[in-house]
Amino acid sequence: MHSILEAIRAAVGLIASGDATLGEIVLLSLSVSLSAVALATLLGLPLGAAIAVGRFPGRRAIIVLLNALMGLPPVVVGLVVYLLLSRAGPLGELGLLFTPVAMVIAQTILILPIIAALCRQSVEDAWREYEEQLRSLGAERAGAALTVLWDIRFSLLTAVLAGLGRASAEVGAVMIVGGNIDGVTRVMTTTIALETSKGDLPLALGLGIVLIAIVLALNAAAYLVKEAAQRRYG
Amino acid sequence: MGLTRLLLAALLCLSFTAQAQQKFITVASTTSTEQSGLFKHLLPAFEKKTGIQVRVVALGTGQAIDLGKRGDADVAFVHDQEAEEKAVAEGAFVDRREVMYNDFIVVGPKSDPAKAKGREVVAALKKISEAKAPFASRGDKSGTHSAERRLWKEAGVDPQQGKGSWYRETGSGMGPTLNTASGMNAYALADRGTWLSFKNRGDLAILVEGDKRLFNQYGVMLVNPEKHPNVKKSEGMAFINWVTSPEGQKTIADYKIGGEQLFFPNAKQ
Amino acid sequence: MILPLRLEGVTYRRIIEPLTLELGAGPSTIILGANGAGKSVLMRLMHGLLAPTHGKVSWSGENPRRHQAMVFQRPVMLRRSALANVVYALKIAGVADAHRAAMGALEEVGLAHLARRSARVLSGGEQQRLALARAWALHPQVLFLDEPTASLDPSATREIEALIRAFDAAGTKVVMATHNLGQARRLGDEVLFIHQGRLVERAPVDQFFSKPASAEAAAFIKGELPWV
Repeated sequence: MHSILEAIRAAVGLIASGDATLGEIVLLSLSVSLSAVALATLLGLPLGAAIAVGRFPGRRAIIVLLNALMGLPPVVVGLVVYLLLSRAGPLGELGLLFTPVAMVIAQTILILPIIAALCRQSVEDAWREYEEQLRSLGAERAGAALTVLWDIRFSLLTAVLAGLGRASAEVGAVMIVGGNIDGVTRVMTTTIALETSKGDLPLALGLGIVLIAIVLALNAAAYLVKEAAQRRYG
Repeated sequence: MGLTRLLLAALLCLSFTAQAQQKFITVASTTSTEQSGLFKHLLPAFEKKTGIQVRVVALGTGQAIDLGKRGDADVAFVHDQEAEEKAVAEGAFVDRREVMYNDFIVVGPKSDPAKAKGREVVAALKKISEAKAPFASRGDKSGTHSAERRLWKEAGVDPQQGKGSWYRETGSGMGPTLNTASGMNAYALADRGTWLSFKNRGDLAILVEGDKRLFNQYGVMLVNPEKHPNVKKSEGMAFINWVTSPEGQKTIADYKIGGEQLFFPNAKQ
Repeated sequence: MILPLRLEGVTYRRIIEPLTLELGAGPSTIILGANGAGKSVLMRLMHGLLAPTHGKVSWSGENPRRHQAMVFQRPVMLRRSALANVVYALKIAGVADAHRAAMGALEEVGLAHLARRSARVLSGGEQQRLALARAWALHPQVLFLDEPTASLDPSATREIEALIRAFDAAGTKVVMATHNLGQARRLGDEVLFIHQGRLVERAPVDQFFSKPASAEAAAFIKGELPWV
């Protein structure tokens, strides 16, 4: 109980002081996770839609695989990306290891299955409603899929938020490929891990509260957008 | 809505590349060194003088050396003389210099059930193993862990006999191991630097210090550019030369926690 | 001209028994039958939404897909304005000046004042009118309607029936499935009576209702719907 009160005090103190380092860390965390979400959305939505409306051999196996990949352990993804980007690895020439770009790559890989799998489910459900009418109008399969995807964009927000949640919460992947370098690749989660291992638990907890508050705010904003859209479009 | 997100992502990617324009080197070091706070004190001085940013990746000594062997770092700054010299002999590193030393201490519960307190670390370890008092070890291929293993050997004790009962290997860094020791009221071998900035001490206190065997030598070395052409040779050497220079050495000596000096410069001039 | 439409020995799983018929231009055709008789499946086989298990469905002329349209029991609208929904259909069909054509169609069905309103917030009757506008804008030669007023209240039903009559008068071949006997009499020229997946009777509407030739049809008209 004592440490929790200390933690809240630490959190308030951190934010109120407008600590520049904290600001840097928060900005980097948001940059990395939002970039990963943007990239994973760009790739994952068409992928999910394609699997939802497509008819091809092995479709059911792919759906099961995609669902399973939602549970990819972040630290395993980090390890694999590290081996790829290491100088001793195939993509070493790019010199991306220990940079924010590497962190974005790792997080994108991590959350792509989440966004694609949830999108697939949403599109498949909506497809049942739209398919006949769109085919009747003469739309061919791919175009119809994109039309449905765009039409259900607000319910897809849930999938995107799930991806954002996973990305901002994970520490395993960004720790390994980023190296937790002070001022360069140190994000909220790796800072929390660091402060915990230094024994500064109130500070770690305080940072945790800040992180949760940010993610909460993002979710609240998304919910309001969804509600407004519901009212407008029906 | 999706468009604004795309634009945001593009802007963020640009900001990443902007950061990459400054000169920098990657230094593989240890978690205990970073957690002592030395780098926050030392590196700004170097950066100010040379304009070279130093990016420290903090791991265990073994991992740090492996990082250099893979070419993912330019310089290694660690504290395991045996392992460092072996790596140089293998041709993975060049230009090893001694930089500074700090010392290890044995911490334990204030009540000291094994009666380990004193100036003799080997005797203390013998008493701890005989009393089967809980001992938290890093068990993670680090410089600290290697030092610990050497001391057990000198004491004629095989701590693996007590594995699972009084000897607990956490497989993690100095801080988490101290967290575990604090939580279990156990003994542990720690570097003074981490201990001084460790805030979760619980009932632990320093019980053994000052034994010459507890001195911990730091070395700095360049990843062999012949093995890895991507190594930033001149910037890396600039760093190595600076930390071993009178100016760098003084900066190291100036680093204090609560008025106490942590690291003692001993580079050969 | 894509009519006549020919079905030869068409079956669909266990729902439709081998069915052979020809639909020509002119009279509006009512597909009548009890719930579960197979009316909706038959409509979809004709329109091409389902492929027959056996047999053949063949249209005449060129590009039959482009000259048909279908209105379903529940209208499916995109989350866009009423106007945009009609424009969408026209764009797929490659119609030039889609905007103007769409506005024209909305005017025909009396929805011009709701053009900018989001389609999904319209009432059930308004959405079904919108579906008809969307179909009308394409100037189809054949218009399929699958129980278009089953979910609507009486006043909305009257509006829809008026529009269907207008389609018919303008020369479009109307093919409508319904189980509503009154509606069949009001809108139809001929009746195809379906019972348990078979085409049991085909006759001009007056003849069908005054002198049904088959026992099943007679029973249906009397309201004694045989249980499947």
